[in-house]
Amino acid sequence: MANPLQKASERSGKPRLSGEEAVRLLRSMQLIRTFEDHVRNLSSGGAIPGLVHLCAGQEAVAVGICSLLNATDKIASNHRGHGHCLAKGADAGRLMAEIMGRRSGYGLGRGGSLHIFDAINGNLGTNGIVGGGIPLAAGAALSAKRRGHGEIAVCFFGDGALNQGLLFEVMNMAAIWHLPVLFVCENNGFGEFTAIEDVTAGPDPIARGLAFGIPSETVDGMDVMAVCAAAKPAIERARHGDGPTFLVCTTYRYGGHHIGDKQEYKDDAEAKAWRLKDPIERFSRWMMEADLATAQDIAALKQDVEQDVRTAVSHAKAAPLPAADDMEGHLYG
Amino acid sequence: MADPRPLSYRTAVLEALFGEMRRDDSVILMGEDIGAAGGVFKQTEGLFAEFGAERVIDTPISESGAFGIAVGAAMTGQRPVFEVMFGDFITLVMDQLVNQAAKISYMSGGQFKVPLVVRTAVGVGSNLGPQHSQSLHAWLTHIPGLKVVMPSTPADAKGLMAAAIRDDGPVAFFEDRMLYNVRSDVPEEDYVVPIGAAEVKRAGKDITLIATGRMVQTALAAAELLASEEISAEVVDPRTLVPLDVATLVDSVKKTSRAVVVDGGYRQYGITGEIAATVTEHAFDWLDAPVTRLAAADVPIPFSKTLEPLTLPGAERLTREAAALVRGKK
Repeated sequence: MANPLQKASERSGKPRLSGEEAVRLLRSMQLIRTFEDHVRNLSSGGAIPGLVHLCAGQEAVAVGICSLLNATDKIASNHRGHGHCLAKGADAGRLMAEIMGRRSGYGLGRGGSLHIFDAINGNLGTNGIVGGGIPLAAGAALSAKRRGHGEIAVCFFGDGALNQGLLFEVMNMAAIWHLPVLFVCENNGFGEFTAIEDVTAGPDPIARGLAFGIPSETVDGMDVMAVCAAAKPAIERARHGDGPTFLVCTTYRYGGHHIGDKQEYKDDAEAKAWRLKDPIERFSRWMMEADLATAQDIAALKQDVEQDVRTAVSHAKAAPLPAADDMEGHLYG
Repeated sequence: MADPRPLSYRTAVLEALFGEMRRDDSVILMGEDIGAAGGVFKQTEGLFAEFGAERVIDTPISESGAFGIAVGAAMTGQRPVFEVMFGDFITLVMDQLVNQAAKISYMSGGQFKVPLVVRTAVGVGSNLGPQHSQSLHAWLTHIPGLKVVMPSTPADAKGLMAAAIRDDGPVAFFEDRMLYNVRSDVPEEDYVVPIGAAEVKRAGKDITLIATGRMVQTALAAAELLASEEISAEVVDPRTLVPLDVATLVDSVKKTSRAVVVDGGYRQYGITGEIAATVTEHAFDWLDAPVTRLAAADVPIPFSKTLEPLTLPGAERLTREAAALVRGKK
């Protein structure tokens, strides 16, 4: 069906974003939120085996950054990565199939939520090792630099990875080699069950980038437009050979570390306060104020996305599980 | 076809690197002091002058991060040859190698390939002490998704390096630094030694000596000594540890009915145990004696000139072991 918000853009006044762009951002964030809702239900109901880490609450970061990338740009994601996959263009049905361990999934059901690769859309994978994707993105940036077509790479990691030595090694090399890479920290305040302030020294996470002479900035990660505004010049710099940027996007994960985490370490009042900053509601309000959409338009979009995700789920559920003879292929590349 | 010339092992590997970098622009080298400095063992000499800093990349002393960058580059169109200066330092790249490089093709259902070579020098004999002398190749043979090669001659080294670079998956390439100055004939033309192909280095009929890397020289010396005792030893070099050419090893043992396996890595949970078990499983009914094994002593490799040589089996010990098997004293 035609996008219900298309008309809104035609009647818009002078927004900072075109109506079409705004709809794309909202739709992308809503897709992630709805997708994660379904994943949570499927997991709780037993249809998804293993551990699953949801990103609800953090949508603005993935969407803001990825909305500015081309398919040939690369991303490396992390264990909380469904949002990055979707924002970079993954097919929701194949993604859900992988999360459910089905044969039609991105990794033929071998990877699951922690190991989702999407080569066509330039996704170097979600990752089961905290910080594991950081050098992969820098390596992709090294390839891009050699090709000289202005492609860039982005790594997404949580505040837990701020204390991995790997990050410092790679930041150093990205800086000395002027690699076209964005280091994007999604600072949701917790590494697993531990608060950032309990385990992280220094005055501010951005100091880690500044130490290497990398332009570094704290960004409101609950505001998709703020993320876009910070990412745009960083991406331009990278495309023009001016090296890496470090963005620390302050955000919040609504769920626990993984589905089933009771989250006793969280403060209820704080969790409620973060909900008031919800990136989807906030952006929806802004669109209505800017006369880019009506409440009905937004409700229709939400319903439309819900339908898309339901279709994805039913495709995934109908897909076969891998058979014994699917175990060995692609072992040695 | 040009005649083979005697080349050192070091030069033979270098010739493969020059050849592969000329034929394929996506081949890049990464490592510490491999650029203008030409490598701590002079094993990359001349490459920087011809290919420049863009393709011969000096990394900081950050093995883990730099190797991870090589993995990302390999996923996106490059064919990196990553040098880990000493085999002991392979521990520093293990997460990137084991949890990323080895699994990415499999986990991604073949969407991404990781065509990279990790090259490292191992072996005792230079009084470098416990953190610069180990032969840890067995560690990598344990990981599905990694191929592991260990050439013993200059000609094999050239051909296996070419094959490793052209392979679409990660390949670990173990060189013994005590072989670097060994010289023997190497064909001048472009060729590959297929990964996964063992070779009989000396034919014999009474016992098979299965030897890897530098131990092939030890085994050939032992075969000479055994000949003077009227014992005909066959020396088989697996050349590739993963995937292992089981058929060639087993065929030899079926012919001779006895075998000793000798490797420069540690004995405990090591290469010799794996090969001895594999051969025994496949040739049990042909065996006249248990398959035995010699390997490095299970101690950190000591520094002292009196102690270090004692950690490795030599030709005389191998000769005694083999002769005892043939004469039924074991």
